[in-house]
Amino acid sequence: MRPLHDIAHGRAGDKGDTSNVSVIAYRAEDWAQIKNEVTAAKVETLFSRFGNVKVHRYELPQLHALNFVIENALGGGVNASLAIDRHGKTLSSFLLTEFQVSS
Amino acid sequence: MTVYIGCGAGFAGDRFDAAAAIIAELASRDAPKYLMFECLAERTLASAQLEKLKDPSKGYSPFLDQYFSRHLGAAMSAGVKIVSNLGAAHPISGAQRVREIAAEQGLKPPRVAVVMGDDLSETMSEVEIRDLPLMDGQDVIHRTMRAANVYLGAEPVAEAAATGADVILVGRTTDSALALGPLMHEYGWTDLDRLAAGTITGHLLECGAQVSGAYFADPGKKDVPDLARVGFPIAEVQEDGSFVITKPKGTGGLVDRATVTEQLLYEMHDPAAYLVPEASCDVTGLTLSDDGENRIRVGGVKGHARPEKLKATVSVDFGWMAEAEISYAGIGALARTQLAGEIVETRMREAGVTEEIAFDIIGGGATFGRGAKQFVNDAGDGDYRLRLSIITDDKATAQLLNDELYHLYCSGPSAGGGIRNALIPQMATASVMVPRDLVSPRIEVIE
Repeated sequence: MRPLHDIAHGRAGDKGDTSNVSVIAYRAEDWAQIKNEVTAAKVETLFSRFGNVKVHRYELPQLHALNFVIENALGGGVNASLAIDRHGKTLSSFLLTEFQVSS
Repeated sequence: MTVYIGCGAGFAGDRFDAAAAIIAELASRDAPKYLMFECLAERTLASAQLEKLKDPSKGYSPFLDQYFSRHLGAAMSAGVKIVSNLGAAHPISGAQRVREIAAEQGLKPPRVAVVMGDDLSETMSEVEIRDLPLMDGQDVIHRTMRAANVYLGAEPVAEAAATGADVILVGRTTDSALALGPLMHEYGWTDLDRLAAGTITGHLLECGAQVSGAYFADPGKKDVPDLARVGFPIAEVQEDGSFVITKPKGTGGLVDRATVTEQLLYEMHDPAAYLVPEASCDVTGLTLSDDGENRIRVGGVKGHARPEKLKATVSVDFGWMAEAEISYAGIGALARTQLAGEIVETRMREAGVTEEIAFDIIGGGATFGRGAKQFVNDAGDGDYRLRLSIITDDKATAQLLNDELYHLYCSGPSAGGGIRNALIPQMATASVMVPRDLVSPRIEVIE
């Protein structure tokens, strides 16, 4: 196994208590693996440490990109959260670091 | 024809000098050209609203001077029109300040078009605002209201551009409207595909250098040249809605498919339905193609029917946040850091404080763990920083957390240092939906 960071990059954004994290393949040949392995269910399990999250996954095959929308991920949102990173800006790095894909 | 739109700031506090390279690059272009400064956050708007109540000559963004004093003269000489939400809670007073800056610098008096009508408190009572259909924020909407502003969209920005103004100042519009407004004016766009394409142009520009290599570097994986001099973006937009994202020559940064893709999906939910007042934008068929060095061509944006209602943000008081930190390093540092946290927690609970306290150990997985006490380094030797935080309605309770952590200097574990703390008023927001017939934007030209 290897971290998703080896084959993909991404960025996290926030709206209220919802985070969105993109996952974009560096190389076209890795897109199929990313699409198959980085499922909404597995991302939901990974993010469950942040609360009762609900994950929606959107595919943009022409850009070799996935967009994950993660509800309830931000401890109440930028105004209410006690977290160090109230916007969840670091969540893209969290996903790329912690999510394991096959080698 | 091409319409040029640059973005010189992507948030209030973005680099003050970045617009200079955009203005220099656009000076020689014989075409309509605009420079946007996107600088309005909820907090800025709510605190500007308070300023306006105290002093009717204020209420514009406190950052207005930083951008206009540096760039107004050069932009006017180059024929680049400035479009910005630095008007915040009071764009009229902002316009007056822009004209004062021009006078102070001996410039020709600029013609400033002001867009108003976003402030719901001008036409609705607090009760009426609270009765609007709620999108989110049910738990906070009852709190003391500080601001209620509807996202006006691009139509009034287009009308303001039609006045031939040198500067267009708005309060709350969608950020992307700072680009779409000028495009609607220049091209007379009304069809949904073009309105959506102009929205995506604005969406890619609105965070400044986030599309041109900033907020992207990951050394060894994603290397970006000369971020200290990163070039802020320019869009070259055609009448058919297709456009190129690029940056000024001689600047740092990078525009490629990867930088544009990251920014495209930034703060986007359903890529088939990105909602703004003019359209529901669909980027599921969006195409990116290389168009030379640091040039990416974007096409294939589709538009669907606009949403029936407009969105407004209501800002309310949300008490106080205290945040306090202390460092421990060396052998046994993790145990000393944990002990420090336990001491403060014990004393806060004995003082009767019941609110949640965040208990983070920086260096021990705090950023990813979020107070979950999940440590990456079990050995316990190293460099750790305890961070405690609380949000309370009562200011004194929040202050108590800072006091208790400060007491650790002489009453805590061995060798703690580097205490910092902050006590910050908090604002929360709720979103409501506003029927279009309750909103009437208006334009005033100051010359």
